[in-house]
Amino acid sequence: MDGIADLGGTDGWGPAHPPPRDEPVFAEQWEGRSFALTLLSMGRVSGQNLDAFRHALERQDRPAYFDDGYYGRWLNASELMLVESAILAPGAVDARARNLRGEGVKEPAVPEPNKPDYAATGPGSLRTVDVEPAFEVGERVRARATPSDGPTRLPAYVRGHTGVVEVIQPAALLPDTHAVFQGENAQHVYSVRFDSHELWGAGPDTEPFTLTIELFESYLEKTA
Amino acid sequence: MSTSENTDRIPPALRTEALEQLLTERGLVDPNVMNKFIANYETNVGPLNGAKVVAKAWTDPEYKQRLLADGTAAIKELGFSGPQGEHIVVVENTETTHNVVVCTLCSCYPWPVLGLPPSWYKDPVYRARVVKQPRRVLAEMGLELADDVQITVRDSSSEVRWLVLPQRPADTEDLTEEQLVPLVTRDAMVGVAKVHAS
Repeated sequence: MDGIADLGGTDGWGPAHPPPRDEPVFAEQWEGRSFALTLLSMGRVSGQNLDAFRHALERQDRPAYFDDGYYGRWLNASELMLVESAILAPGAVDARARNLRGEGVKEPAVPEPNKPDYAATGPGSLRTVDVEPAFEVGERVRARATPSDGPTRLPAYVRGHTGVVEVIQPAALLPDTHAVFQGENAQHVYSVRFDSHELWGAGPDTEPFTLTIELFESYLEKTA
Repeated sequence: MSTSENTDRIPPALRTEALEQLLTERGLVDPNVMNKFIANYETNVGPLNGAKVVAKAWTDPEYKQRLLADGTAAIKELGFSGPQGEHIVVVENTETTHNVVVCTLCSCYPWPVLGLPPSWYKDPVYRARVVKQPRRVLAEMGLELADDVQITVRDSSSEVRWLVLPQRPADTEDLTEEQLVPLVTRDAMVGVAKVHAS
């Protein structure tokens, strides 16, 4: 699935700017509230499933993802997860917001919760797996051209491209299934090094540099 | 702020207040716990932690060796661990190699050492472009790198978190670890700036 969040290499964003000095952690007070609400409400849905949260982020529409800013999209993703778990009714947040500004609208009834049937097998995302890594350091590997149908952490800009395994990182649960509460399916994770010309073309306009990205074993295939 | 034509869109500040009310009424969140979370990230968990790590690595060669070999463990020696810090890899910037960190898919960032990400790190401009035109993006941000500097971009797409060990600036040989700490900036530890002697 190609979500709105997959921004790597996309065009049309304009120039970057020097970082502002002494930026506050939260530019506005509500941003801190949104941050804390998100962390706490994630636990209310089904453990601290970060992949499910990221999947909720990437299912936002353009205004909800971009116009509300970083903590606005956190808020929108939290609401989506709470509604999908029937902890909140659809429209409950908007109705309450309208009432906060005096509109006097009817609020939906509290539904019967229907949380995902899921529990983490351990803390965090790192796991041990019993099988040996399929690829070794220094081996040439190709990122799969076609990702799975559901959520994935295989960005579009590396798909189909060939790189070299730089490091085998600790194994971790697979976001693709974990994000939709379909199991942890822990896999080996590889830092794969790509040459910029492989990613962006051999022409003179391509800047020479290298890029590394962490890819799960099932995102990769052998080149020979 | 919003470019949407839909004027009925409720601002996120008001919707945040609404969500907090709804969850608090049902006992699902405690505003006091929220306050502690916010205060912790406003005051305790920030780039000062990373600066302490960097200053120690600059002044203690054995620590530096441990830091580059196992970042998570060496960082924990100084008491820093927690969410978004399960596995931290530290990479060194030198005269000829320059690492710069991004998360193109969201805004993954090593919270225990740098705190919450700054606005530019979360900006689509940075997320989209630094994996394609890093030299140009860094220049736009104020960091001009010499042509012979090799750039490596680190896209944090899994739970691995990257921390850049910046180059120690010249003319700081006489400074102590404590005196070096305030020189180390967040931006240098992400790789969009260098550390300067003053």
